[in-house]
Amino acid sequence: MKLAALAGFAAALTIAPALMIAGAAHAQISGDVVKIGVMNDMSGLYADITGPGSAEAARMAIADFGGTVNGKKIELVTADHQNKPDVGGAIARQWYDNDGVDAIVDVPTSSVALAVQDLARTKQKAFLISGAASSDLTGKACGPTSVHWTYDTVALANGTGSAVVKAGGDSWFFITADYAFGHALERDTATVVKASGGKVLGQVRVPLNTPDFSSYLLQAQASKAKIIGLANAGGDTINSIKQAAEFGIVAGGQKLAGLLVFITDVHSLGLKTANGLQLTEAFYWDQNDASRAWSKRFFEKMNRQPSMVQAGVYGAITHYLNAIKATGSDDAVAVVKKMKETPVNDFMTQNGKIREDGRLVRDMYLFEVKKPEESKGPFDYYKQVGTIPGEEAFKRPAGNECPLVKG
Amino acid sequence: MRTSGPGATGTAPFWLWTAGLILLALAAPYFFYPIFLMKALCMALFACAFNLLVGYVGLLSFGHAAFFGTASYITAHTVKVWGLPTELGILAGVAVAAALGTVFGYLAIRRQGIYFAMVTLAFAQMVFFFCLQVPFTGGEDGIQAVPRGWLFGLIDLNDTLVMYYVVLAVFLFGFGVIVRTIYSPFGQVLTAIRENEPRAISLGYRVDHYKLLAFILSAALSGLAGSTKAIVFQFASLTDVNWTMSGEVVLMTLLGGIGTILGPVVGAFVIVTMENYLAQTGSWVTIIQGVIFVICVLTFRRGIVGVIAPYVTGRQHPPAGPEPARPVPEVAAR
Repeated sequence: MKLAALAGFAAALTIAPALMIAGAAHAQISGDVVKIGVMNDMSGLYADITGPGSAEAARMAIADFGGTVNGKKIELVTADHQNKPDVGGAIARQWYDNDGVDAIVDVPTSSVALAVQDLARTKQKAFLISGAASSDLTGKACGPTSVHWTYDTVALANGTGSAVVKAGGDSWFFITADYAFGHALERDTATVVKASGGKVLGQVRVPLNTPDFSSYLLQAQASKAKIIGLANAGGDTINSIKQAAEFGIVAGGQKLAGLLVFITDVHSLGLKTANGLQLTEAFYWDQNDASRAWSKRFFEKMNRQPSMVQAGVYGAITHYLNAIKATGSDDAVAVVKKMKETPVNDFMTQNGKIREDGRLVRDMYLFEVKKPEESKGPFDYYKQVGTIPGEEAFKRPAGNECPLVKG
Repeated sequence: MRTSGPGATGTAPFWLWTAGLILLALAAPYFFYPIFLMKALCMALFACAFNLLVGYVGLLSFGHAAFFGTASYITAHTVKVWGLPTELGILAGVAVAAALGTVFGYLAIRRQGIYFAMVTLAFAQMVFFFCLQVPFTGGEDGIQAVPRGWLFGLIDLNDTLVMYYVVLAVFLFGFGVIVRTIYSPFGQVLTAIRENEPRAISLGYRVDHYKLLAFILSAALSGLAGSTKAIVFQFASLTDVNWTMSGEVVLMTLLGGIGTILGPVVGAFVIVTMENYLAQTGSWVTIIQGVIFVICVLTFRRGIVGVIAPYVTGRQHPPAGPEPARPVPEVAAR
């Protein structure tokens, strides 16, 4: 009797783990929770563009989805990568390895995004990029579990770059942020400029987060280029545009082309400085009823209008959760495959399609910043001057080095 | 002189403690996140190497990140681009750090105290801007996706647990070298130089040779820590060579206990743990670190180990002597 009980107990012990494993395989949602990690610059020069606003957008996406997917809870964690690739890489490693994070979202600062991309590829975990711009993320550094959601340097070049050349700006000098993003933006824009018959007179590389642009601006002035292309972002763009005004560069006949300007940057610059700038964005809050409705909810939480990156975080997470619902699994390879099969339709994207290299192909818009007298109040800043169809916006003039596509 | 100095009472407890700590280190990856432990071990080795110089020779270098960072760049580059095996990559990093240490040390040891600190800081800043500008370091992007490879072509380092034990072995090797150095006659001369340099000179020691040798040793071991970190994180970046890294190692050593053998290890673990668990609070980490530093300097100047060790080894009263945190007396004649 006693022996039988003991044997039964032993048998139960051996079977129990096997049952547990079988159960886990059946449910196919690891750890019985879908964990989403928003990592970005929470307090530095890109905090306005991404930062807490992106975290809020993620919270909204999870709440709108109902807080659960297939009966499993959806959790959100956030972190500040301080724009340092090593900090971001270490956090991503810990999230993927140890904390059970299924998808990392946002990650502005292309150098950090490239570090996370490497980990996502080797560990086969999902990576939804909204904040980073470098086209290398779907080019030579592409990965099967990554989706580049909102915009990239190719789209910026095809948008702002070609528009400026068409308007007669055929000689360029670049002021470039000296890291992965700036290099990619300069490269992609220069390609477009040359293809449209313009020429590049020179460039100067500027360290990230530079307070003083005077020597770089003087070099740009001395180059006699018609267009000074600002291949930087966030706080750097704001500083360079402000200081260019102080040096009388625009008054002297040269034009600035902000290759990546967000609505939050225009807000910081003020319309007096920024008016007339042409820029390419994936989203503007005042485009249509759907964008206004979503932005109104965002505004109530954050007291500012969303940038395209923050709107993109919402869209990417929603699409990701829908793919989990459809596949019943949080396995990144399967989920991202499903994401690629499903067309994207939400408040900011109509009939978007994710290419095999991970690039979401969506329409981009060319805006011009209003004059102060045209604006009705805060955040009424843009008038739309053109739409760039997705196929055209994300077309790589030089072909794609992504191994997934070359095959 | 220090609690764990030669001839310290209670050799048996000391070895008991050592065995206990090694056991703990062997079991640790089953309880804690191994990457976190590896980072702490690398930083601990770095702090120990730094402590060799500041604690036992009395030279406060403010530019040790130069060795740490350069070695990590060299290792990352040789392994990733040249395709060297991991162990040769690490050796290359250590060799370059030692060479750099020879040059910097040769020039810097001619000055003392604050001037020595400033000279080393100046050199470290030069290295920083060099690393920012030369193409092979990748500037802000750093060198990413460094393959961990195979150790001696046999052991697969991509397994986190295996990597941990390799890092532990590297740490124990470096730590062993430092302990051996401190207890050797060479270490005794170094301590003598720290205590009274003119006297050491008058006894016939060629002080500059000793100082230079200690500097090179410290630089090479800092390089070993940096190289290992590059392999662990598969990454070399500007953070490793920035002056804040030099500051961090000073903080770790001071917090743990300057001039104690285990102090830097404890300090490194405390600081890395704080950084890890307070990461969510963002920029508050530095503020909290600053507050802890101030409290430490105000209340227990000998550091955590400096205060605790006398009780553990059974000596209630630490030996009289100059406060370890005190800078070396200036010697005008030199």
